[in-house]
Amino acid sequence: MTVALELREVAKTFIMHLQDGIQLPCIAGVSFTVHAGQCTVLTGPSGTGKSTILKMVFGSYRCDRGQIVVQHGGQRTDVARASPRQILGLRRDTIGYVSQFLRAVPRVPALDVVAEPLVAKGVGREEARELAGHLLGRLNIAPRLWALPPATFSGGEQQRVNIARSFLPDLPILLLDEPTASLDAANAADVIELLAERKRRGTTIVAIVHDPDVRDHIADTVIDVTRFAAAA
Amino acid sequence: MITRCLRIAAMTDEEVPLAIAEGLSKWYGRQLGCRDVSFCLYEGEVIAVVGESGSGKSTLLRLLCAELAPSAGKVHFRTRDGVTRDLALLGEAERRFLVRTDWGFVHQDATLGLRMAVSAGANVGDRLMASGWRHYGRIRGTAADWLERVEIDRARIDESPQTYSGGMRQRLQIARSLVSQPRLVLMDEPTGGLDVSVQARLLDLIRGLVADLRLSVVIVTHDLAVARLLSHRIMVMKDGQVIESGLTDQVLDDPREPYTQLLVSSILPP
Repeated sequence: MTVALELREVAKTFIMHLQDGIQLPCIAGVSFTVHAGQCTVLTGPSGTGKSTILKMVFGSYRCDRGQIVVQHGGQRTDVARASPRQILGLRRDTIGYVSQFLRAVPRVPALDVVAEPLVAKGVGREEARELAGHLLGRLNIAPRLWALPPATFSGGEQQRVNIARSFLPDLPILLLDEPTASLDAANAADVIELLAERKRRGTTIVAIVHDPDVRDHIADTVIDVTRFAAAA
Repeated sequence: MITRCLRIAAMTDEEVPLAIAEGLSKWYGRQLGCRDVSFCLYEGEVIAVVGESGSGKSTLLRLLCAELAPSAGKVHFRTRDGVTRDLALLGEAERRFLVRTDWGFVHQDATLGLRMAVSAGANVGDRLMASGWRHYGRIRGTAADWLERVEIDRARIDESPQTYSGGMRQRLQIARSLVSQPRLVLMDEPTGGLDVSVQARLLDLIRGLVADLRLSVVIVTHDLAVARLLSHRIMVMKDGQVIESGLTDQVLDDPREPYTQLLVSSILPP
C-alpha cells in the first residue's frame, strides 16, 4: 500500500514568552504512518496534543523537530521544512482540514464560503456554487440559508458548512478535528456516510473523534496520543 | 536573496517572483526607518506587514515603489516584458509609468490617493488615459463599470469625491488604482479610521478583487484580523526590522517571538 502521510520523531514545545518564557513540552517522538485510503483516529484525553498534531500536519503550527512527509502529486513534501508557498500549494491540492469551529468571514454567503476552495483551484464560480449547493443539501443545510453569512448559524450548521467547505475540493488527504462533535445523531450519521464514501474513493483520513461509535465506524487504526506525551 | 529566488525558480521550473526586496534599509539621518528587509512576492500573493506605528511598515512600502531611495539594498520588479529590473536603475519616466499603470496604491487617507477637485469618473479614468486610452465614451463606460464593481451607484459618476462618505472614498480609491489592471498593489492601512461595518464591507470587496484579479499585494496594517482575512503570509516588524515572518495562520496561531506573542495576545475578543 502507498504511504500517504508519515510522521517521524515529531516534537513540539510551546514557549510562552509573556509568562517568563516557561516551556510547555507538548508532544515528542510522534511517529506513525497512514496509508492511502486508510483512516487513522487519534485518541486520548484533552490536552494531550491531538489537535496540535493535526495542526502541524496542516502547517498552521510549526514543527520543532522531526519530519512530516506528505505525498503530493507524485512528490514528497516535508511540511516541517516546506516554504509557505509549498504549504499553500499542499492545501490547495492535497490536504483539507476541518477545524473544530468555522472561522466565518463577515458578509460572505455560506454558498461562497463552501465554493471558495474550488474557485481557488480554478473551477468557474458558477459551477463551484452549484457543486457547493449540492453538498450543502446533502448535509441538510436548507437552500434558504445558502445566501446568508454563516456567522449567525447554529453551532451544528456552522460545523456542516465547515465540513462542506473542506470536502468539496475532493482532496486526497483530510484532517478532521472532531467533525461530528456539535452535530445531532442524524446529521452525524450523514457526515459518517460522507466519510465512508470518500474512503471508498481512496481518500486518506486522520481524525480526532471522541464518540466511540463514530470511531468504530470509520477507524482502520487507532493511535493513543498519550504515548507521545513529552516529559515536562 | 535575489539570486536565490531566481535560482530556485529556474531549478523548480516555478514562476519568477514579481517583486524582490533585497536587504532594504532606510535611514532618515540617524533615525532608522527600516533595516535589512528581504522577501520575494509572487503573483497572486498577499503579504501583510504588521507591527506598531513607527515600526517601519510605511517606510518599507515607500521603498517598494521607489518613492523613497533606500540607504542600502535593492528592489527588483518584473516588468510586463518579463524582465526583472532593479528599480534604482529605472529612469524617472519609466518609474512614473509604472506608478500610473502597473502599480496601484491604496492610502489610509483617501484624499492622498484621489484628486478631490475632479469627478469620481475622472478619478477612475485618469489611469486609463495614462495607459494610452483616448476614446472618451469607452473611458467613461469602463469607469462606470468600475464604480459598480466597488459598489458605488453609477449615477454618482459626475460627483466629486468631496460629496462621498469615508467608505465610498476608499472604494473609489480602489477603483481608481485597479482600473489599469496593476500587477502590484500597495495598501497602507486601507481600512483604518472606518466604522467596523464599513470596514467589513471594504475588506470583503478587497478580498474578492484580489482573488479575481490575481493581484499581488503588500498590505500594511496594525490590525491582525485584517491580516488574517486578506494575507497568505505575514511579516512582523519591530524597530525597523522584520522579527518574524511566515504563513499567516502559522504566525498568528503559533507565534514564536516574544513581540509577536504580545501582539497576538493583545487582541480583544468581540
